[in-house]
Amino acid sequence: MGRFDFYGYRRENGRVGIRNHVVILPLDDLSNAACEAVANNIKGTLALPHAYGRLQFGEDLELHFRTLIGTGANPNVAACIVIGIEPSWTNRIVEGIANTGKPVAGFSIEENGDISTIASASRKAFEFMQWASERQREKCPIEDLFISTKCGESDTTSGLASCPTVGNLIDKLDPLGATTCFGETSELTGAEMVCATRAATPEVGERFMQVFNAYQDVINRHKTSDLSESQPTKGNIAGGLTTIEEKAFGNLQKIGKKVKFIDVLKPAEAPAKGAGLYYMDTSSAAAECVTLQAAAGFVVHLFPTGQGNVIGNPIEPVIKLTANPRTARTMVEHIDLDVSGILRRELTLDKAGDQLIDMVIRTCNGRLTCAEVMGHREFVLTKLYQSA
Amino acid sequence: MATTDFIVHDKADTVGVAVVEDIQPNKELTGWIMETDETIKMKALDAVPLGHKIALTDIKSGDTVLKYGYDVGKAVAAIPKGRHVHVHNCKTKRW
Repeated sequence: MGRFDFYGYRRENGRVGIRNHVVILPLDDLSNAACEAVANNIKGTLALPHAYGRLQFGEDLELHFRTLIGTGANPNVAACIVIGIEPSWTNRIVEGIANTGKPVAGFSIEENGDISTIASASRKAFEFMQWASERQREKCPIEDLFISTKCGESDTTSGLASCPTVGNLIDKLDPLGATTCFGETSELTGAEMVCATRAATPEVGERFMQVFNAYQDVINRHKTSDLSESQPTKGNIAGGLTTIEEKAFGNLQKIGKKVKFIDVLKPAEAPAKGAGLYYMDTSSAAAECVTLQAAAGFVVHLFPTGQGNVIGNPIEPVIKLTANPRTARTMVEHIDLDVSGILRRELTLDKAGDQLIDMVIRTCNGRLTCAEVMGHREFVLTKLYQSA
Repeated sequence: MATTDFIVHDKADTVGVAVVEDIQPNKELTGWIMETDETIKMKALDAVPLGHKIALTDIKSGDTVLKYGYDVGKAVAAIPKGRHVHVHNCKTKRW
Protein backbone atom coordinates (compact mmCIF):
# COMPACT_ATOMS: atom_id res chain seq x y z
CA MET A 1 0.00 0.00 0.00
CA GLY A 2 1.37 3.39 -0.98
CA ARG A 3 2.32 5.93 1.67
CA PHE A 4 -0.57 8.16 0.64
CA ASP A 5 -3.24 5.58 -0.24
CA PHE A 6 -6.44 5.66 1.78
CA TYR A 7 -9.67 3.68 2.11
CA GLY A 8 -12.71 5.49 0.77
CA TYR A 9 -16.15 4.93 -0.73
CA ARG A 10 -16.08 5.09 -4.51
CA ARG A 11 -19.38 6.55 -5.72
CA GLU A 12 -21.37 5.95 -8.91
CA ASN A 13 -19.66 8.86 -10.70
CA GLY A 14 -16.14 7.72 -9.78
CA ARG A 15 -15.57 10.32 -7.06
CA VAL A 16 -14.42 9.10 -3.64
CA GLY A 17 -15.96 9.90 -0.26
CA ILE A 18 -14.53 9.29 3.19
CA ARG A 19 -17.88 9.21 5.01
CA ASN A 20 -21.09 7.41 4.17
CA HIS A 21 -23.92 9.72 5.16
CA VAL A 22 -27.60 9.42 4.26
CA VAL A 23 -28.66 13.06 4.22
CA ILE A 24 -32.17 14.46 4.72
CA LEU A 25 -31.93 17.81 2.94
CA PRO A 26 -34.52 20.59 3.22
CA LEU A 27 -35.08 22.79 0.16
CA ASP A 28 -36.22 25.63 2.42
CA ASP A 29 -36.63 26.73 6.03
CA LEU A 30 -40.24 25.48 6.06
CA SER A 31 -39.11 21.89 5.49
CA ASN A 32 -36.65 21.71 8.38
CA ALA A 33 -39.22 20.22 10.78
CA ALA A 34 -40.13 17.36 8.42
CA CYS A 35 -36.44 16.62 7.72
CA GLU A 36 -35.63 16.53 11.42
CA ALA A 37 -38.58 14.22 12.04
CA VAL A 38 -37.38 11.81 9.32
CA ALA A 39 -33.85 11.85 10.78
CA ASN A 40 -35.36 11.09 14.18
CA ASN A 41 -37.32 8.15 12.77
CA ILE A 42 -34.51 6.61 10.76
CA LYS A 43 -31.41 6.19 12.91
CA GLY A 44 -28.09 7.12 11.39
CA THR A 45 -29.50 9.57 8.85
CA LEU A 46 -28.50 13.21 9.02
CA ALA A 47 -30.88 16.19 8.67
CA LEU A 48 -29.32 19.47 7.51
CA PRO A 49 -31.68 22.24 8.65
CA HIS A 50 -30.94 25.76 7.41
CA ALA A 51 -32.53 29.20 7.35
CA TYR A 52 -33.17 29.96 3.67
CA GLY A 53 -34.76 29.01 0.35
CA ARG A 54 -37.74 31.33 0.09
CA LEU A 55 -38.13 34.32 -2.25
CA GLN A 56 -34.50 34.32 -3.24
CA PHE A 57 -33.78 35.40 -6.80
CA GLY A 58 -31.06 35.91 -9.38
CA GLU A 59 -27.49 35.03 -8.50
CA ASP A 60 -28.41 34.47 -4.84
CA LEU A 61 -31.00 31.85 -5.84
CA GLU A 62 -28.50 30.18 -8.18
CA LEU A 63 -26.05 29.96 -5.27
CA HIS A 64 -28.78 28.43 -3.08
CA PHE A 65 -29.45 25.69 -5.65
CA ARG A 66 -25.73 25.13 -6.33
CA THR A 67 -25.02 24.78 -2.60
CA LEU A 68 -27.86 22.35 -1.89
CA ILE A 69 -27.25 20.25 -5.01
CA GLY A 70 -23.52 20.21 -4.28
CA THR A 71 -24.13 19.15 -0.67
CA GLY A 72 -26.26 16.19 -1.75
CA ALA A 73 -23.82 15.36 -4.55
CA ASN A 74 -20.74 15.39 -2.26
CA PRO A 75 -19.08 11.93 -2.30
CA ASN A 76 -19.29 11.79 1.51
CA VAL A 77 -23.05 11.40 0.97
CA ALA A 78 -24.18 7.88 -0.02
CA ALA A 79 -27.82 8.75 -0.64
CA CYS A 80 -30.08 11.73 -0.16
CA ILE A 81 -33.71 12.57 0.62
CA VAL A 82 -34.85 16.08 -0.36
CA ILE A 83 -37.94 17.65 1.21
CA GLY A 84 -39.39 20.97 0.04
CA ILE A 85 -42.59 22.90 0.50
CA GLU A 86 -43.56 22.49 -3.18
CA PRO A 87 -42.52 19.98 -5.86
CA SER A 88 -40.95 22.12 -8.58
CA TRP A 89 -37.86 23.50 -6.83
CA THR A 90 -37.62 20.26 -4.81
CA ASN A 91 -37.28 18.34 -8.08
CA ARG A 92 -34.65 20.75 -9.32
CA ILE A 93 -32.48 19.76 -6.33
CA VAL A 94 -33.29 16.07 -6.80
CA GLU A 95 -32.36 16.14 -10.49
CA GLY A 96 -29.11 17.96 -9.78
CA ILE A 97 -28.07 15.35 -7.22
CA ALA A 98 -29.30 12.48 -9.46
CA ASN A 99 -26.72 13.49 -12.09
CA THR A 100 -24.09 11.84 -9.86
CA GLY A 101 -25.96 8.52 -10.19
CA LYS A 102 -26.46 8.19 -6.43
CA PRO A 103 -29.83 7.25 -4.90
CA VAL A 104 -31.95 10.36 -4.29
CA ALA A 105 -35.67 10.95 -3.76
CA GLY A 106 -37.75 14.11 -3.32
CA PHE A 107 -40.90 14.75 -1.29
CA SER A 108 -43.02 17.89 -1.10
CA ILE A 109 -45.30 19.04 1.67
CA GLU A 110 -48.09 21.00 -0.07
CA GLU A 111 -51.23 18.85 -0.54
CA ASN A 112 -49.67 16.21 1.78
CA GLY A 113 -48.94 17.95 5.07
CA ASP A 114 -45.97 17.23 7.30
CA ILE A 115 -47.23 13.91 8.71
CA SER A 116 -47.80 12.12 5.38
CA THR A 117 -44.62 13.60 3.95
CA ILE A 118 -42.61 12.41 6.95
CA ALA A 119 -44.11 8.91 6.62
CA SER A 120 -43.29 8.60 2.90
CA ALA A 121 -39.83 10.11 3.25
CA SER A 122 -39.07 7.91 6.27
CA ARG A 123 -39.88 4.75 4.30
CA LYS A 124 -37.48 5.82 1.55
CA ALA A 125 -34.83 6.88 4.08
CA PHE A 126 -35.13 3.44 5.73
CA GLU A 127 -34.38 1.81 2.37
CA PHE A 128 -31.43 4.17 1.67
CA MET A 129 -29.97 3.67 5.14
CA GLN A 130 -29.85 -0.11 4.89
CA TRP A 131 -28.46 0.11 1.36
CA ALA A 132 -25.76 2.57 2.44
CA SER A 133 -24.77 0.40 5.39
CA GLU A 134 -23.50 -2.24 2.96
CA ARG A 135 -21.26 0.07 0.93
CA GLN A 136 -17.62 -0.96 1.41
CA ARG A 137 -14.45 1.11 1.55
CA GLU A 138 -11.79 0.39 -1.05
CA LYS A 139 -8.17 1.39 -1.46
CA CYS A 140 -7.82 4.70 -3.30
CA PRO A 141 -4.80 6.72 -4.41
CA ILE A 142 -4.20 10.29 -3.24
CA GLU A 143 -5.35 11.55 -6.68
CA ASP A 144 -8.89 10.73 -5.53
CA LEU A 145 -8.68 13.06 -2.53
CA PHE A 146 -10.24 16.56 -2.54
CA ILE A 147 -8.94 18.65 0.39
CA SER A 148 -10.13 22.13 1.37
CA THR A 149 -8.62 24.55 3.86
CA LYS A 150 -9.67 27.62 5.81
CA CYS A 151 -8.38 28.92 9.13
CA GLY A 152 -10.32 30.46 12.03
CA GLU A 153 -9.91 32.43 15.23
CA SER A 154 -6.39 32.92 13.95
CA ASP A 155 -3.65 34.50 15.95
CA THR A 156 0.00 35.13 15.25
CA THR A 157 0.81 31.46 15.91
CA SER A 158 -1.37 30.61 12.89
CA GLY A 159 0.91 32.55 10.55
CA LEU A 160 4.04 31.26 12.27
CA ALA A 161 3.26 27.55 12.30
CA SER A 162 -0.23 26.05 11.83
CA CYS A 163 -0.97 27.70 8.46
CA PRO A 164 2.55 26.92 7.15
CA THR A 165 1.96 23.28 8.21
CA VAL A 166 -1.06 23.15 5.88
CA GLY A 167 1.08 24.84 3.22
CA ASN A 168 3.73 22.16 3.66
CA LEU A 169 1.07 19.46 3.12
CA ILE A 170 -0.16 21.19 -0.04
CA ASP A 171 3.41 21.56 -1.36
CA LYS A 172 3.86 17.79 -0.85
CA LEU A 173 0.48 16.49 -2.07
CA ASP A 174 -0.04 18.80 -5.07
CA PRO A 175 2.65 17.12 -7.20
CA LEU A 176 1.05 13.75 -6.37
CA GLY A 177 -2.28 14.82 -7.90
CA ALA A 178 -4.42 15.89 -4.95
CA THR A 179 -7.12 18.51 -5.55
CA THR A 180 -7.06 21.33 -3.01
CA CYS A 181 -8.94 24.57 -2.35
CA PHE A 182 -8.51 27.79 -0.40
CA GLY A 183 -10.81 30.83 -0.21
CA GLU A 184 -11.51 33.69 2.23
CA THR A 185 -11.53 36.63 -0.17
CA SER A 186 -11.71 39.46 2.40
CA GLU A 187 -8.98 37.84 4.44
CA LEU A 188 -6.45 38.30 1.65
CA THR A 189 -6.68 42.08 2.03
CA GLY A 190 -3.16 43.47 2.17
CA ALA A 191 -1.67 40.29 0.68
CA GLU A 192 -3.77 40.29 -2.51
CA MET A 193 -0.90 41.29 -4.80
CA VAL A 194 1.26 38.48 -3.40
CA CYS A 195 -1.69 36.07 -3.80
CA ALA A 196 -2.16 37.17 -7.41
CA THR A 197 1.46 36.20 -8.17
CA ARG A 198 0.54 32.66 -7.11
CA ALA A 199 -1.94 32.29 -9.97
CA ALA A 200 -0.85 29.74 -12.57
CA THR A 201 -1.45 32.12 -15.49
CA PRO A 202 -1.88 35.89 -15.87
CA GLU A 203 -5.52 35.30 -16.86
CA VAL A 204 -6.23 33.41 -13.60
CA GLY A 205 -4.45 36.18 -11.67
CA GLU A 206 -6.64 38.81 -13.34
CA ARG A 207 -9.80 36.89 -12.50
CA PHE A 208 -8.62 36.61 -8.90
CA MET A 209 -8.10 40.39 -8.73
CA GLN A 210 -11.57 41.02 -10.22
CA VAL A 211 -13.16 38.83 -7.54
CA PHE A 212 -11.02 40.45 -4.84
CA ASN A 213 -11.93 43.98 -5.94
CA ALA A 214 -15.64 43.12 -6.13
CA TYR A 215 -15.52 41.95 -2.51
CA GLN A 216 -13.72 45.16 -1.48
CA ASP A 217 -16.58 47.09 -3.07
CA VAL A 218 -19.08 45.20 -0.88
CA ILE A 219 -17.06 46.01 2.25
CA ASN A 220 -16.60 49.66 1.31
CA ARG A 221 -20.33 50.01 0.55
CA HIS A 222 -21.47 48.66 3.93
CA LYS A 223 -18.68 49.43 6.38
CA THR A 224 -19.13 51.85 9.27
CA SER A 225 -15.58 51.53 10.65
CA ASP A 226 -12.20 50.04 9.74
CA LEU A 227 -13.83 46.64 10.54
CA SER A 228 -11.63 46.19 13.60
CA GLU A 229 -13.30 43.51 15.83
CA SER A 230 -15.08 42.07 12.77
CA GLN A 231 -12.08 41.48 10.47
CA PRO A 232 -9.77 40.97 12.37
CA THR A 233 -12.20 39.53 14.94
CA LYS A 234 -12.15 40.19 18.68
CA GLY A 235 -10.53 36.77 19.09
CA ASN A 236 -7.86 37.55 16.48
CA ILE A 237 -7.01 40.77 18.33
CA ALA A 238 -6.90 38.99 21.70
CA GLY A 239 -4.44 36.61 20.05
CA GLY A 240 -2.15 39.44 18.98
CA LEU A 241 -3.22 40.10 15.39
CA THR A 242 -3.47 43.86 14.90
CA THR A 243 -4.48 44.53 11.28
CA ILE A 244 -6.18 42.79 8.36
CA GLU A 245 -2.90 42.96 6.43
CA GLU A 246 -1.09 41.01 9.14
CA LYS A 247 -3.91 38.46 9.26
CA ALA A 248 -3.86 38.13 5.46
CA PHE A 249 -0.18 37.22 5.27
CA GLY A 250 -0.71 34.56 7.95
CA ASN A 251 -3.73 33.21 6.09
CA LEU A 252 -1.80 32.98 2.81
CA GLN A 253 0.79 30.66 4.40
CA LYS A 254 -1.79 27.88 3.94
CA ILE A 255 -1.06 27.57 0.21
CA GLY A 256 2.57 26.75 0.81
CA LYS A 257 5.62 28.10 -0.92
CA LYS A 258 5.49 26.59 -4.39
CA VAL A 259 2.04 25.62 -5.63
CA LYS A 260 0.16 27.89 -8.06
CA PHE A 261 -3.64 28.03 -8.15
CA ILE A 262 -5.06 26.93 -11.47
CA ASP A 263 -8.57 28.40 -11.41
CA VAL A 264 -10.93 30.83 -9.68
CA LEU A 265 -14.17 29.23 -8.50
CA LYS A 266 -17.48 30.89 -7.74
CA PRO A 267 -18.87 30.06 -4.27
CA ALA A 268 -19.77 26.33 -4.14
CA GLU A 269 -18.60 25.78 -7.75
CA ALA A 270 -17.06 22.34 -8.31
CA PRO A 271 -13.49 22.31 -9.67
CA ALA A 272 -13.41 21.31 -13.34
CA LYS A 273 -9.80 21.74 -14.47
CA GLY A 274 -8.38 18.55 -13.00
CA ALA A 275 -6.01 18.10 -10.08
CA GLY A 276 -4.40 21.15 -8.52
CA LEU A 277 -4.96 24.06 -6.17
CA TYR A 278 -8.14 26.15 -6.61
CA TYR A 279 -9.10 29.52 -5.17
CA MET A 280 -12.80 29.92 -4.29
CA ASP A 281 -14.52 33.25 -3.68
CA THR A 282 -15.90 32.83 -0.15
CA SER A 283 -16.63 34.73 2.99
CA SER A 284 -14.01 34.36 5.71
CA ALA A 285 -16.66 33.24 8.23
CA ALA A 286 -15.70 29.66 9.04
CA ALA A 287 -19.01 27.82 8.70
CA GLU A 288 -20.02 29.70 5.54
CA CYS A 289 -16.69 28.98 3.88
CA VAL A 290 -16.53 25.27 4.78
CA THR A 291 -20.18 24.76 3.74
CA LEU A 292 -19.34 26.22 0.29
CA GLN A 293 -16.22 24.08 -0.06
CA ALA A 294 -18.14 20.94 0.95
CA ALA A 295 -20.81 21.83 -1.63
CA ALA A 296 -18.06 22.04 -4.26
CA GLY A 297 -17.20 18.40 -3.54
CA PHE A 298 -14.28 18.65 -1.12
CA VAL A 299 -14.31 15.71 1.30
CA VAL A 300 -11.82 16.57 4.04
CA HIS A 301 -11.00 19.96 5.53
CA LEU A 302 -7.85 21.34 7.18
CA PHE A 303 -8.55 24.04 9.74
CA PRO A 304 -5.67 25.80 11.49
CA THR A 305 -6.79 27.75 14.55
CA GLY A 306 -4.99 30.02 16.97
CA GLN A 307 -7.37 31.01 19.73
CA GLY A 308 -9.57 27.94 19.24
CA ASN A 309 -12.45 28.03 16.75
CA VAL A 310 -14.56 24.89 17.40
CA ILE A 311 -16.28 24.59 13.98
CA GLY A 312 -17.30 21.37 12.27
CA ASN A 313 -19.32 20.54 9.16
CA PRO A 314 -22.04 17.89 8.91
CA ILE A 315 -20.70 16.15 5.80
CA GLU A 316 -17.03 17.20 5.46
CA PRO A 317 -14.82 16.20 8.41
CA VAL A 318 -12.86 19.19 9.74
CA ILE A 319 -9.35 18.44 11.04
CA LYS A 320 -8.15 21.12 13.44
CA LEU A 321 -4.58 21.99 14.16
CA THR A 322 -3.07 24.65 16.37
CA ALA A 323 0.37 25.99 17.17
CA ASN A 324 -0.85 27.96 20.17
CA PRO A 325 0.37 26.04 23.23
CA ARG A 326 -2.35 27.51 25.44
CA THR A 327 -5.12 26.49 23.02
CA ALA A 328 -3.61 23.00 22.70
CA ARG A 329 -3.63 22.74 26.51
CA THR A 330 -7.01 24.29 27.31
CA MET A 331 -9.11 23.06 24.34
CA VAL A 332 -7.75 19.57 23.92
CA GLU A 333 -11.09 18.06 22.82
CA HIS A 334 -11.11 20.37 19.77
CA ILE A 335 -7.55 19.93 18.49
CA ASP A 336 -6.66 16.99 16.24
CA LEU A 337 -3.01 17.99 15.81
CA ASP A 338 -0.81 20.10 18.08
CA VAL A 339 2.08 21.70 16.17
CA SER A 340 3.13 24.12 18.93
CA GLY A 341 6.48 22.31 18.99
CA ILE A 342 7.41 24.40 15.94
CA LEU A 343 7.40 27.52 18.14
CA ARG A 344 9.65 25.81 20.70
CA ARG A 345 11.94 24.72 17.82
CA GLU A 346 11.33 21.08 18.81
CA LEU A 347 9.42 20.25 15.61
CA THR A 348 10.38 21.18 12.05
CA LEU A 349 7.81 22.39 9.56
CA ASP A 350 8.67 19.41 7.36
CA LYS A 351 7.87 16.95 10.19
CA ALA A 352 4.70 18.85 11.12
CA GLY A 353 3.55 18.60 7.47
CA ASP A 354 4.16 14.83 7.55
CA GLN A 355 2.19 14.55 10.80
CA LEU A 356 -0.70 16.41 9.19
CA ILE A 357 -0.61 14.10 6.16
CA ASP A 358 -0.77 11.12 8.55
CA MET A 359 -3.76 12.70 10.32
CA VAL A 360 -5.50 13.27 6.95
CA ILE A 361 -5.01 9.63 5.93
CA ARG A 362 -6.25 8.37 9.32
CA THR A 363 -9.29 10.64 9.05
CA CYS A 364 -9.99 9.42 5.52
CA ASN A 365 -9.76 5.83 6.76
CA GLY A 366 -12.43 6.48 9.36
CA ARG A 367 -10.91 8.19 12.41
CA LEU A 368 -13.50 10.65 13.68
CA THR A 369 -12.25 14.22 14.01
CA CYS A 370 -12.63 16.12 17.28
CA ALA A 371 -15.42 18.17 15.67
CA GLU A 372 -17.28 15.00 14.62
CA VAL A 373 -17.02 13.47 18.09
CA MET A 374 -18.13 16.76 19.68
CA GLY A 375 -21.14 16.93 17.31
CA HIS A 376 -20.16 20.13 15.50
CA ARG A 377 -22.30 20.22 12.35
CA GLU A 378 -22.37 23.89 11.37
CA PHE A 379 -24.22 24.06 8.03
CA VAL A 380 -24.46 27.72 7.06
CA LEU A 381 -25.63 28.86 3.65
CA THR A 382 -24.10 31.98 2.12
CA LYS A 383 -26.63 34.64 1.16
CA LEU A 384 -25.51 37.28 -1.34
CA TYR A 385 -28.26 39.86 -0.68
CA GLN A 386 -31.82 40.33 0.65
CA SER A 387 -34.67 38.10 -0.51
CA ALA A 388 -37.39 39.65 -2.67
CA MET B 1 19.07 25.46 23.22
CA ALA B 2 17.86 28.45 25.23
CA THR B 3 14.12 29.03 25.29
CA THR B 4 12.94 31.02 22.29
CA ASP B 5 10.91 33.93 23.66
CA PHE B 6 9.95 35.50 20.35
CA ILE B 7 10.05 34.60 16.66
CA VAL B 8 10.66 36.86 13.67
CA HIS B 9 9.47 35.79 10.20
CA ASP B 10 11.83 37.79 8.02
CA LYS B 11 15.15 39.56 8.52
CA ALA B 12 13.61 42.88 7.38
CA ASP B 13 10.74 42.75 9.92
CA THR B 14 10.36 45.52 12.51
CA VAL B 15 8.26 43.35 14.85
CA GLY B 16 8.59 39.88 16.35
CA VAL B 17 5.98 37.59 17.97
CA ALA B 18 6.07 36.47 21.61
CA VAL B 19 5.79 32.67 21.79
CA VAL B 20 6.03 32.27 25.57
CA GLU B 21 3.51 33.26 28.23
CA ASP B 22 5.81 35.15 30.61
CA ILE B 23 7.36 38.21 28.95
CA GLN B 24 7.59 40.97 31.58
CA PRO B 25 9.28 44.41 31.52
CA ASN B 26 13.09 44.25 31.64
CA LYS B 27 13.18 40.54 30.80
CA GLU B 28 16.15 39.64 28.58
CA LEU B 29 14.71 37.86 25.55
CA THR B 30 16.04 35.43 23.00
CA GLY B 31 14.58 35.64 19.51
CA TRP B 32 14.82 33.48 16.41
CA ILE B 33 14.70 34.84 12.86
CA MET B 34 13.12 32.02 10.83
CA GLU B 35 14.28 33.26 7.41
CA THR B 36 17.98 33.35 8.29
CA ASP B 37 17.95 30.96 11.30
CA GLU B 38 19.69 33.67 13.37
CA THR B 39 19.38 34.10 17.13
CA ILE B 40 19.03 37.64 18.48
CA LYS B 41 18.80 39.13 21.98
CA MET B 42 16.89 42.15 23.27
CA LYS B 43 15.23 43.48 26.40
CA ALA B 44 11.46 43.75 26.79
CA LEU B 45 10.13 47.12 28.00
CA ASP B 46 6.51 45.95 28.38
CA ALA B 47 4.65 42.80 29.36
CA VAL B 48 3.93 41.13 26.01
CA PRO B 49 1.27 38.38 26.03
CA LEU B 50 1.70 35.14 24.09
CA GLY B 51 1.18 35.81 20.39
CA HIS B 52 1.49 39.59 20.67
CA LYS B 53 4.15 41.63 18.91
CA ILE B 54 7.24 43.37 20.21
CA ALA B 55 9.12 46.18 18.43
CA LEU B 56 12.55 45.07 17.20
CA THR B 57 13.66 48.62 16.46
CA ASP B 58 12.56 52.16 17.29
CA ILE B 59 9.48 52.75 15.13
CA LYS B 60 8.39 56.35 14.48
CA SER B 61 4.75 57.41 14.34
CA GLY B 62 3.62 57.05 10.73
CA ASP B 63 6.20 54.38 9.89
CA THR B 64 5.14 51.25 8.04
CA VAL B 65 5.29 48.16 10.25
CA LEU B 66 6.95 45.20 8.52
CA LYS B 67 6.15 41.52 9.19
CA TYR B 68 6.67 38.58 6.80
CA GLY B 69 8.87 41.16 5.05
CA TYR B 70 5.69 43.01 4.03
CA ASP B 71 3.67 46.08 4.98
CA VAL B 72 1.14 45.06 7.66
CA GLY B 73 0.02 48.54 8.76
CA LYS B 74 1.27 51.85 10.14
CA ALA B 75 2.42 53.01 13.56
CA VAL B 76 0.10 55.67 15.01
CA ALA B 77 2.46 56.48 17.89
CA ALA B 78 6.20 56.26 18.44
CA ILE B 79 7.07 52.69 19.47
CA PRO B 80 10.51 52.28 21.08
CA LYS B 81 12.38 49.00 20.65
CA GLY B 82 11.14 46.42 23.20
CA ARG B 83 7.62 47.84 23.48
CA HIS B 84 4.36 45.98 22.89
CA VAL B 85 2.95 46.64 19.38
CA HIS B 86 -0.82 46.24 18.98
CA VAL B 87 -4.07 48.09 18.26
CA HIS B 88 -3.12 50.95 20.64
CA ASN B 89 -0.16 52.00 18.48
CA CYS B 90 -0.61 50.28 15.09
CA LYS B 91 -3.50 50.48 12.57
CA THR B 92 -4.50 49.09 9.20
CA LYS B 93 -3.84 51.15 6.06
CA ARG B 94 -6.88 49.55 4.40
CA TRP B 95 -10.63 49.98 4.79
